[in-house]
Amino acid sequence: MQGPPSGRGPDLTDEVARRTLDARVVVRRAGFTLDATVRAVPGEIVVVVGANGAGKSTLLHAVAGLVRPDEGTVRVGDRVLTGDRVLVPPAQRRIGFLGQDPLVFPHLDVRENVAFGPRAAGVHAARARAAADEWLARVGLTGFGSRRPHELSGGQRQRVALARALAAEPDVLLLDEPFAQVDVRTASAVRELVRAQVLATGTAAVVVTHDVVDVLTMGDRVVVLHDGAVVEQGVPRDVLTDPRHAFTAALAGTNLVVGTFERPPGSGGTLVVDDGPRIPLTADVETGARVRLTFPPAAVEVVPLDDVDHTWLAHVVDVEAGVGGARLRTSGDVLVDLDAGRAAVLRPLVGDRVRLRLRPQDARVRRSD
Amino acid sequence: MGAPRLLVLPAALAVGLLVLPVVALVVRADWSSLPQDVSSPAAIRALTLSLTTSLSATAICLVLGVPLAVLLARARGRGADVLRALVTLPLVLPPTVGGIALLYLLGRRGLVGASLDAWFGIRLPFTTAAVVIAQVFVAMPFLVLGVEGALRTSGHRYETVAATLGAGRWTVLRRITLPIVAPGLTAATVLCFARALGEFGATALFAGNTPGVTQTMPLAIYSAFNGAGVTQGSAVALSLLLVATAAAVLLVARAWRPGRAA
Repeated sequence: MQGPPSGRGPDLTDEVARRTLDARVVVRRAGFTLDATVRAVPGEIVVVVGANGAGKSTLLHAVAGLVRPDEGTVRVGDRVLTGDRVLVPPAQRRIGFLGQDPLVFPHLDVRENVAFGPRAAGVHAARARAAADEWLARVGLTGFGSRRPHELSGGQRQRVALARALAAEPDVLLLDEPFAQVDVRTASAVRELVRAQVLATGTAAVVVTHDVVDVLTMGDRVVVLHDGAVVEQGVPRDVLTDPRHAFTAALAGTNLVVGTFERPPGSGGTLVVDDGPRIPLTADVETGARVRLTFPPAAVEVVPLDDVDHTWLAHVVDVEAGVGGARLRTSGDVLVDLDAGRAAVLRPLVGDRVRLRLRPQDARVRRSD
Repeated sequence: MGAPRLLVLPAALAVGLLVLPVVALVVRADWSSLPQDVSSPAAIRALTLSLTTSLSATAICLVLGVPLAVLLARARGRGADVLRALVTLPLVLPPTVGGIALLYLLGRRGLVGASLDAWFGIRLPFTTAAVVIAQVFVAMPFLVLGVEGALRTSGHRYETVAATLGAGRWTVLRRITLPIVAPGLTAATVLCFARALGEFGATALFAGNTPGVTQTMPLAIYSAFNGAGVTQGSAVALSLLLVATAAAVLLVARAWRPGRAA
């Protein structure tokens, strides 16, 4: 069995090189092209985040060998799994897969489920079962070995599926929205478990999700996938605090507007948003500079229509549910959060004109070159 | 939510139509001569022949039909659709037509039968083997359709998971695919066996009606019923024996159900 990498000896770099996932896949479908690169080193969790239809699952399926990409290579260490005239079948890839449905084999008890991988690899039945019990202990299911799958809760089943995937000792573990079907508390516990076990076993892990919580709690790195392309990637803190793409900004729950900064002599500055409003702004950049402005929706206040001091005029495009109130989508896709009381006073309707002011201390201005 | 009450009427008629004939059989049987009738050497011979041929036919259907079902369930496209239709042909064919078709294929002057006779000296018609072949011909579609349906319903998501756990195709088939469809496989096998046990038309034409060689229970019953000098009572007795045998098989198959926990 794969033990935890306790003795971090001189062969560590070899080990890292041997189990590093390096993939670029291109999959063409009618009206959609996925062209994405993903890399993960042992013990690292890379979270691929994107909206439904961004190509996340296709990416994972291509890496797992369940889909033949039109182009690209999938490599683990120096083993080429997908390439020109190479398509190693899933069973020989040493790539584990955990989907949102745990798919615990219904005809086998929990122990046999977990022992399935080792037994398929030729481990003697008794030894495989003993190993399964150890894995069950690791995922907090000691004593559950003889249970039948239908006797388990959704969270327990997901734990069994995790133990089963890890017991097969994959070099790489792929997780496809693994927490989409379990309740919040269970999801937190299983996330932590995945995190701990990925570290302990030195597995390279790729998680695809549309849930920002997965990024925050598990991600060593985040890859943002949009319309089949990687639009940004990096450490979650960097990516989420300084989003460069509208989808990332939406994920981070922040406004992102891009425009040109203008400061006529003798007056304050203005950000002329591309196809959007003119937002009064103080910034330490020269006139004509391209600027990226981020600010939380709660940093915008709705002021009386005749208040022209550092405000701008916009239209209400949409009224959505917000946290403890309403969220307005206004001209230029600027989101404005209103608490319930304020919303009740203003009663904003789609099409209304509103005057907005941005609290300067909450705005972050960066050059966008 | 219940179903419309009016449905009870046709449903009751359906039950009557299905059950009452068997009831009539039981009621009208001559129970005093029954033990003698069912233990007569002729009856025992027919029953033994029926059971051995039906079991052999079922075994052959399993060995050949399960692989066919697995391949059909995975196949896509026009070719697969045509093949599927061809496989179900014996289902819609009158068994007597099946019997003639088998004669034309395997008879002494048949398409294949002529060569079998000329090269190997094998003559199939009117042998016990012919009984088994006729049963396989009529019963196999039940097995193939049943297993294929079960395979399609189960999908291949479990198989995909098994593959990512390192299991090769044979391991997946043996440890995942077949166990998961076991209930469907059992049901299909029972149907297949029942069809083989009740087979009459194709057997009569292709295998004939020789006691001890090709005279299975249905043929024995027919002969007893139509036969000169034989009372119809023995036909009824044989029928009851066949009904009891079929019922016993059904009960055994219900009791033995792997993968019930699913």
